[in-house]
Amino acid sequence: MLDLEFMRLAFGAGAVVGVLAPTVGFFLVQREMSLIGDGIGHVAFAGVAAGYLLGISPVWTALGAALLGAAVIEWLRARRRTAGDQALAIVFYTGIAGGVVLVSAAGALNANLFAYLFGSILTVSRSDLAVIAVLGLCALLLIVVLLRGLFAVSLDEEGARVAGLPVAWLNGVVAMLAALTVGVSMRIVGILLIAALMVLPVVAAQRVAWSLRSTIGIAVAAGLGSALAGLTISYYADLPPGGTIVLTATGLYLVASLASWLRVRP
Amino acid sequence: MPVVELDGVDFGYLQGQRVLSGVDLRVGEGEFVAIAGPNGGGKTTLLRLALGLERPTRGRALLFDEPAHRSSKRACIGYLAQRSQIRLHAPATVRDVVEAGRAPLRLLGRLSREDRRAVDEAIERVGLSHLATRPMRRLSGGQQQRAFIAKALASRPRLLVLDEPTTGVDVEAQEALGDLLRRLHEDLGVTILYVSHEFGAVEAFVERLVLVRERIVFDGPPSELPGMWHDPSHAHA
Repeated sequence: MLDLEFMRLAFGAGAVVGVLAPTVGFFLVQREMSLIGDGIGHVAFAGVAAGYLLGISPVWTALGAALLGAAVIEWLRARRRTAGDQALAIVFYTGIAGGVVLVSAAGALNANLFAYLFGSILTVSRSDLAVIAVLGLCALLLIVVLLRGLFAVSLDEEGARVAGLPVAWLNGVVAMLAALTVGVSMRIVGILLIAALMVLPVVAAQRVAWSLRSTIGIAVAAGLGSALAGLTISYYADLPPGGTIVLTATGLYLVASLASWLRVRP
Repeated sequence: MPVVELDGVDFGYLQGQRVLSGVDLRVGEGEFVAIAGPNGGGKTTLLRLALGLERPTRGRALLFDEPAHRSSKRACIGYLAQRSQIRLHAPATVRDVVEAGRAPLRLLGRLSREDRRAVDEAIERVGLSHLATRPMRRLSGGQQQRAFIAKALASRPRLLVLDEPTTGVDVEAQEALGDLLRRLHEDLGVTILYVSHEFGAVEAFVERLVLVRERIVFDGPPSELPGMWHDPSHAHA
């Protein structure tokens, strides 16, 4: 399998996505914003469609749309003009409706579009991998640098605000990281499924972890394992990688839940 | 220099609404003040104004002698939020929670030796050293509350603010909480603002009681409190 260059590229991209998605997802789950990745993914769909319509690479238009969608969600939420779930719903539905209209206008309802929606192991090029690796590493580095502040805000936002932490800025960083993760991951997992890889490994880790750091560590291990195992299954069973990666993550969640239940059983 | 100063403050969340009116309050360095009153009486709003989280519609709010909403001394505040606002989805340990209390002093990078010393000291002060690595979820309500007080103490604050600290805590733990606050006040000389719909846990040693019902209806030692207000959750106009 690894003799084939497209699989080596897919595994390289999968490894970056498998580490990045749960790391960013930890802060979304902790802030009760688990579905923000879904909202951003649907806006990215409109971005892909706009790329087709304008004749620009859909990767860049999707990334731009994802960043814009994340900014709008965070702006609505932070100003309390709307509740968090309503802000998400507004962006979510606008994104999917805009995507459908633009795709139809571009006449692009075809197999290429499905590769963006659900991922494909054939579509990662060398330049894609370089972009994914650079953006992914920058995002991870930013999280490491800001880890203390991100922890403090995710635990007690009001307390952090009283103590003078730049809460709005840190929340904006998390929203932008979520958008970046969607953009980076769309080639492998697909924009409609990436949100699951941000959430499922974290929820699985919460079942068995014993501290904040162990939660992130286990979530990253589960995300990486899901991405690599999912790609392998996808190759041998000729299945779309996004679905197999997410179903693998679901399997790990069930195993973690069982382990947790066995541990607390009287 | 007063730590908190409200001068002629009016406030409403909506136009025309009046949650507080004509509030004057000065809290000096080292005071232990309980702010009590009925639910909806405006005590949490008063606290938010004092901390600069809301801005008065009339009058002025000062924190450490600066306009409260742009105070440069926020790192001097240790704040215990209402329990409903604290998120414990991930299995955070006592140490994880207390370490978060050091973030306002240094946002970037790893914990320094001084950070670790302050965290250990705060955990020891609240008597949780033996539980420092235990996940919060496995602690009682009273122990969790002590861990959050340790978080507030980790930045070695000059002002400690507690918003409804006894909610969801049994009577025994409320008494332990009161004892802890008395010791902290005596040992550290820290100014304490204790906001609650009842003040039984601190009544024996709090120096000053402020009753809020849209305006301040009583401000003095608890011993001078008129009998009809003794249960401040039913304060009459």
